Amino acid sequence: MAACTRELTRPALPGAVFAVRELRFWLTDYRRTWRGSIYSSLLNPLLFLGAMGLGLGSLVNAHGDSSIGGVSYLTFLAPGLLAATAMTTAVGESTYPVLASVKWVKTYQAATAAPLRPADVFHGHMLFVALRLTMNCAIFLAVAAVLGAVQSPWALAALPVAVLTGVTFNAVIEAWAITRSRDTSFAVIFRFGMIPLFLFSGTFFPITQLPAWLQPVAYLTPLWNGVALCRSLSLGTATLGGALIHVGYLAGLAAIGVAVGNRTYRRRLYV
Amino acid sequence: MIRARGLVKRFGEFTAVDGIDFELHRGESFGFLGPNGAGKSSTMRMIGCVSPPSGGELSILGLDPVADGAVIRARLGVVPQEDTLDLELTVRENLLVYGRYFGLSRETIRERTAHLLDFVQLSDRAEDQVEPLSGGMKRRLTIARSLINEPEILLLDEPTTGLDPQARHAVWDRLFRLKQQGVTLILTTHYMDEAEQLCDRLVVMDRGKIAAERSPRELIERYSTPEVLELRFEPDRHQVAADKLASVPAERREVLADRILLYVTDGDATLAAVRSLGLEPLTSLVRRSTMEDVFLRLTGRRLED
Repeated sequence: MAACTRELTRPALPGAVFAVRELRFWLTDYRRTWRGSIYSSLLNPLLFLGAMGLGLGSLVNAHGDSSIGGVSYLTFLAPGLLAATAMTTAVGESTYPVLASVKWVKTYQAATAAPLRPADVFHGHMLFVALRLTMNCAIFLAVAAVLGAVQSPWALAALPVAVLTGVTFNAVIEAWAITRSRDTSFAVIFRFGMIPLFLFSGTFFPITQLPAWLQPVAYLTPLWNGVALCRSLSLGTATLGGALIHVGYLAGLAAIGVAVGNRTYRRRLYV
Repeated sequence: MIRARGLVKRFGEFTAVDGIDFELHRGESFGFLGPNGAGKSSTMRMIGCVSPPSGGELSILGLDPVADGAVIRARLGVVPQEDTLDLELTVRENLLVYGRYFGLSRETIRERTAHLLDFVQLSDRAEDQVEPLSGGMKRRLTIARSLINEPEILLLDEPTTGLDPQARHAVWDRLFRLKQQGVTLILTTHYMDEAEQLCDRLVVMDRGKIAAERSPRELIERYSTPEVLELRFEPDRHQVAADKLASVPAERREVLADRILLYVTDGDATLAAVRSLGLEPLTSLVRRSTMEDVFLRLTGRRLED
């Protein structure tokens, strides 16, 4: 009996192995749609940088550039939009796909009927979103560079920062989305969460332009932290201390999201 | 291979599984029979290590489902009540994705896929998307998928619910072959014919408890009579006839909404006795006892209500 038990008991594999298996599932799924997603990743920066950066920017620049740090509006805007793009990508990937996986198609349940645990499913999905963020942000940065919107070689470092910004949103929103039984609250998140952040977190204008009482709120938003660091890297004005604060803040929030998500995923998938 | 003692599952105030004991041995085919809400699926989910027990003991393959869930699940095959196939992937891709969850190599998955699709008669649909497949095909694909890791125990939660009779027989045929190959099966069902065909041993569940446990034949022998006489009368004569029939000797009688059942040894003789009382039923049927009768006897309810 003892020998039998020893033979039966195999140590469980580390979670990372399982998370990668879930990532591979998402990649297989993504193979069907990746081409379309690349087109929209290309089109998005072209449209925004073209319309706002070049079009609106010509008006902004005509009024002087002191309030935006003495650079062209395009140069000011591009890194902000980079971080904002990471946010919108992340929020999109963290809402409907989560509910589809747990409720409409139940691919999460397929994974947990196999050896994967709820946390592995969560982390594997996050890995996939991180990959999508890297692709989207890299394309965005490349388009911005081609349009002449990048000033410093440090702009390359804005890529991981933008990805981290997205990962933070991804962790927090996935941890919440898995608790939903219907998709109605996603529209609320888009309208009253994402769009205000998109507009008022320093993406399009410095938050010093906001009413004084609103500024501290803006400083606390994850998007502003991402925007501010991406911008200072792209303009070549970043300081180590400032960078550490922004990265620390984002990473801290992401860690909270992961910790909460580990619990909410377990609660939803291990009923 | 599985051992449960006083197993309990609660959801808040509601007790879905109320202290059940059972044991499953290698090579056995074991079934939970009961109506919806009897606690069958909750039991299956606990065995599948995706639902921590609220009380009692459960050991699967000698391991603890809460602590060693991932290790146990690597050795189980699961056919859930609702399909969890990826509808947008092809048949083959579904097996690939699932096989990878078990850490199988692409090569191994390819070999097994060919064999399994052949087994469930889906080889010609291998490259097709899953979405447009019929319910029966999806079910067979789910069964193929559950076998990709060559499981030691196969869990089937209502494997044929919602299928038309033809598709159901196709699934039964495949499951019967697996049973012949010595795969340990554990299934839930509310179809008595499914239970009779596939299970060596049956547990009848009702309201979270085990009402009886035996082989289907033993259950019928013990809880029913060799024959059943089913009588149907016009609705307005139904109750009158039921009262009159009290004088006909029978081991047991059940007055259902639409039929009257007399549990007897010799159905034809009883029918003659009924007619001699001057009662002429609209229809009459003498049949052998089934699990449905056992269930009615044990719980006072019908299975498919």
